[in-house]
Amino acid sequence: MSLGKTEVEYISRLTQIEVREEAVEGVAQKLSNILDLFAQMEAADTQDVLPMAHPLDAVQRLRPDVVTEVDQHEKLQAIAPAAAEAHYLVPQVIE
Amino acid sequence: MHNLTIKQMSEKLHAGDITSVQLTQHYLDRIAQFDGELNAYVTVTPELAIQMAEEADQRLASGDAELLTGIPVAHKDIFCTDGVKTSCGSKMLDNFIAPYDAHVVTQLKKVGMPILGKTNMDEFAMGSSSESSYYGATKNPWDHQAVPGGSSGGAAAVIAAGLAPLATGTDTGGSIRQPASFCGITGIKPTYGVVSRFGIIAYASSFDQAGPMTRSAEDSAWLLNAMAGFDARDSTSLEREKIDYTAALGHSLKGLKVGVPAEYFGEGLDAEVEAVVKNAIAEVEKLGAEIVEIHLPNKDLAVPSYYVLAPAEASSNLSRFDGVRFGYRCEQPKDLTDLYKRSRSEGFGEEVKRRIMVGAYALSAGYYDAYYLKAQKLRRMVRDDFIKAFQSCDVIMGPVAPTSAFNIGEKSDDQVSMYLSDLYTIPVNLGGLPALSVPAGFAQNRPVGLHIVGPYFSEAQLLNIGHQFQQVTDWHTKTPAQYQ
Repeated sequence: MSLGKTEVEYISRLTQIEVREEAVEGVAQKLSNILDLFAQMEAADTQDVLPMAHPLDAVQRLRPDVVTEVDQHEKLQAIAPAAAEAHYLVPQVIE
Repeated sequence: MHNLTIKQMSEKLHAGDITSVQLTQHYLDRIAQFDGELNAYVTVTPELAIQMAEEADQRLASGDAELLTGIPVAHKDIFCTDGVKTSCGSKMLDNFIAPYDAHVVTQLKKVGMPILGKTNMDEFAMGSSSESSYYGATKNPWDHQAVPGGSSGGAAAVIAAGLAPLATGTDTGGSIRQPASFCGITGIKPTYGVVSRFGIIAYASSFDQAGPMTRSAEDSAWLLNAMAGFDARDSTSLEREKIDYTAALGHSLKGLKVGVPAEYFGEGLDAEVEAVVKNAIAEVEKLGAEIVEIHLPNKDLAVPSYYVLAPAEASSNLSRFDGVRFGYRCEQPKDLTDLYKRSRSEGFGEEVKRRIMVGAYALSAGYYDAYYLKAQKLRRMVRDDFIKAFQSCDVIMGPVAPTSAFNIGEKSDDQVSMYLSDLYTIPVNLGGLPALSVPAGFAQNRPVGLHIVGPYFSEAQLLNIGHQFQQVTDWHTKTPAQYQ
């Protein structure tokens, strides 16, 4: 399967990863090579096979609904690119 | 000192023949001497190491010490380490000082193991050569032209060169076993859920599993004892009784049924690697094992299935890197979208971006059934092949990788060729099974490992098989000439 400019732009939007105009063709080619690998799956007969999400077919463990986390915002926000007054700072969204 | 087994080191520490500070300093000196050329560490933590060694010496003196107390360890730079840079080999996390410890790090701190530093790796563990690290490629101690394998290539290199006695690694598609094979060391990927994933920077959560990387199977058993165990903070951690992985060391291999998959010795396997692996299996047969031919008919479906599922999970896991809460942020973002897009585009390397993109595409509307769902069905087929095979054998043996270590730069422009080099290790991850790589010889003067795969929770048995093999062979004791 071969991807074109439209698909690369779509994937770029989905992933929030910028693909520069001059790189589109190269990215499309490399992604297409990987999709060619995926095409090998088509030949397998999977009609009666259930999809497998967990190797041991385990189920999600539940825990009591009690607070286990303590407030660590000062420690955690110390490594933020920009934070103030317990908030993360980002460029203004609403005028 | 660096050629001793872990048990011998421990005996010397407990007897007072050496101190943990002396042992730790010995490794720090070797790192200072050799790591400039190998590039196996991203970060070395000498002050932390010596401080922890002093604490360990106090425990040893007071009689409150365990077997591993005072023995230093190197952590793959994917394990969050409180107060220490945890980069995951990425520019995205070049400024990330982890604010907490991974469960594995906590466990080894509790035992009293000084931390030497953090080892180099493929960016976000996505690779088979450790070339995609933001910090440059790690060299194979056996041959500086060669890659050490990946993604835990730094960990494998530090063990092979004697720059740490023990190392932690993670294995999502072969990232412990393939570098272990390429560097001539021992590494085990435990059953999925045996070691907590808490604090391990996530790549593909339904596959990621941490394990020990050491010189011998016996050393791995000691380290796995400290790493394994239930942790409520990992929702897939298994609640099982504590196991002593050294307890089975010493069991005879008489009557052991070893399955050898006919499909693993076909086209694409290097002739010298094949000879090494077959000789190793013959050695195991001499120890009393019975060799039976088995079949894993769906093995060729494993690589495409994995390269749908792992990137799909990665595309979701790596969405957290957005330039807002931690990690890299681009300069002067003009709006929020620009902040996300440029932080991610500038912070991630090419292979990581490629896997995020391909994973997001596989999950996108219109392609989910054809790619993701299909791959999950193939995952079951590959897993069921193993379940069926284990009805007629106890363990499976074969190659870890189709070749010995390839040259730096040889495959870096051809991802699909790099992906296909994991064809023997990936099926094990799809099944969530445990598997061991032990040094078994050389091909093209570069190390080759024997791959031993077992049923769920057979780690102790696998380690004993490795240990018995290492009682009658000396491949695991060999060291590259310049690092002796």
